[in-house]
Amino acid sequence: MTMTTTLTAERSRAQQAPVFHVADEHAHPEGSSTMLGFWIYLMSDCLIFAVLFATYGVLGGNYAAGPAPKDLFDLPLVALNTAMLLFSSITYGFAMLAMEKGRVSQTQLWLAVTGLFGAAFLAIELYEFAHFIHLGATPQRSAFLSSFFTLVGTHGLHVTFGLVWLVTLMVQVNKRGLIPANRRRLMCLSLFWHFLDVIWIGVFTFVYLMGMLR
Amino acid sequence: MTPHAEHHGHDAHHGHADDGHAHGTLGSYMIGFVLSVILTVIPFWLVMDGTILDKNMTAIAIMALAAVQVVVHMIFFLHMNGRAEGGWTMLSLIFTIIVVVIMLAGSLWVMYHLNTNMMPMHDPSQLP
Repeated sequence: MTMTTTLTAERSRAQQAPVFHVADEHAHPEGSSTMLGFWIYLMSDCLIFAVLFATYGVLGGNYAAGPAPKDLFDLPLVALNTAMLLFSSITYGFAMLAMEKGRVSQTQLWLAVTGLFGAAFLAIELYEFAHFIHLGATPQRSAFLSSFFTLVGTHGLHVTFGLVWLVTLMVQVNKRGLIPANRRRLMCLSLFWHFLDVIWIGVFTFVYLMGMLR
Repeated sequence: MTPHAEHHGHDAHHGHADDGHAHGTLGSYMIGFVLSVILTVIPFWLVMDGTILDKNMTAIAIMALAAVQVVVHMIFFLHMNGRAEGGWTMLSLIFTIIVVVIMLAGSLWVMYHLNTNMMPMHDPSQLP
């Protein structure tokens, strides 16, 4: 009874005094903040890449009498790599469209195609790295190569983890179907995957194409 | 929180328009894909041919094309708009862009000048 009186008294006081906060905590359905939270993670990831781009921008011209970009980079191979990542982006888009229509097998098919393109991208990049190291262009050779391997390697590592995540989600979808939780996860991976493609635009422009112009 | 936000995660195939997330359509994905192919092919072609523009012009052109392609990806693949999540994704993106620009421009500017000023002097007659 006293509680009620206090509440009523407080309420009437609240009506007079300005209110600076919401008194009641409103309901947060499960996963309602996931997309925003994931987006903020991507923005922090963006900062990591910005730091690595800045490092490459500062050190990219210090060859220490070693190989320069022109001696190493093979543009047709980079173009092929870019195509693989771009194809994987559009096939992931197709997977999302199939997911929105609730078609499980079609979603799985497009996810698998995306995974294959992603794996092809990684294979080409690893071949490129192996080729450089075989030529003696190791990360220890010069500041240019250290920053090159750090920047491109970090992107490659992100793609690797994206692939692990993709396979995990394919298993999840296979087991539980396109339940709300799985849809949410697929949407997060969609952001992640397309984000990696955006970073790759920066890599092929600033590292490979600008490197050839130096 | 708006009533729309309560439906996050559920019913993703209903309510395409204003449920807080933007979804692509086949058309928007294809437009994005075709645009990014064009915007990828042109810079590669400019650099691999190497005779169309001089070096500085090529550099400016490929940077401009990259910037346009990033915007294309943001709109057609990442479905960025000012309405998603009540505008918070856009706000965090703008904040990130400001930080990135300050950091990139600042690092390159400061380090470029350091490099120029720290150049060893090869000509002994220039020494005081």
